[in-house]
Amino acid sequence: MEVISKQESDKTIIYLMGELDNHNADYARTKIDDIMAQSLKRIVVFDLKLLSFMDSTGIGVLIGRYKKAKGKQQLFVKNPSRTVDKIFLMSGLYDIMPKV
Amino acid sequence: MKYSNEMTLTISALSQNESFIRSSVASFSVLLNPSIEEIGDIKTAVSEAITNCIVHAYKGRNGADRITVKVGITDRTLVIDIIDYGSGIDDVSLAMQPFFTSGNTEERSGMGFTVMQALMDELKVTSKPNKGTHVLMKKHIQQTNNDIDEGADA
Repeated sequence: MEVISKQESDKTIIYLMGELDNHNADYARTKIDDIMAQSLKRIVVFDLKLLSFMDSTGIGVLIGRYKKAKGKQQLFVKNPSRTVDKIFLMSGLYDIMPKV
Repeated sequence: MKYSNEMTLTISALSQNESFIRSSVASFSVLLNPSIEEIGDIKTAVSEAITNCIVHAYKGRNGADRITVKVGITDRTLVIDIIDYGSGIDDVSLAMQPFFTSGNTEERSGMGFTVMQALMDELKVTSKPNKGTHVLMKKHIQQTNNDIDEGADA
């Protein structure tokens, strides 16, 4: 998988690309944490447009980033696939990380 | 169970095999002509079960252990068995509760079994401590208009 970011005037967009599963969760965590630590923007959007696969390990990664942000940054998700949308809904992820 | 078509995959319990395993099951399921969403559901449910084998059943024992994945087709139903010979689960009904995890609660969602249950039509988990765990999942693949058209032509 790959993680890249784009700075916009009011927000940081983090693109998760490829497959996010147990095998590359540590890599994703490290990359996302680096980007979020360097970003001064209050709003962070995870764009999943280029993510071909994610399971509940990915939900764990996102929840972990939310806990780490401790309310200093507001997190959102964008463009989940239909299956990912279903698992986000059932896990309640959208309660802490709304879909935009 | 008697299947019209089946496959068995025995593979090392390594995290780098997760993608190959779920893709193999998804490729086999294509014989039933599933929708893109159904393929996503199957891949995700399989990935949850395989992750449990690697993260929990064979925790910290990278490589020497095996996972067996059996996939069978009967009528329009895909039957998937995922079997490990690892630590087993002490309390299956507790492990199956949403948000339950024996792992790091900061980084693990505890949603694995809940996701399998929601994305598949049937889920049965049997486990014996120190013997292993058997996850049985079934998914009925909807008949598409294409299938019906092909049937009418034939």
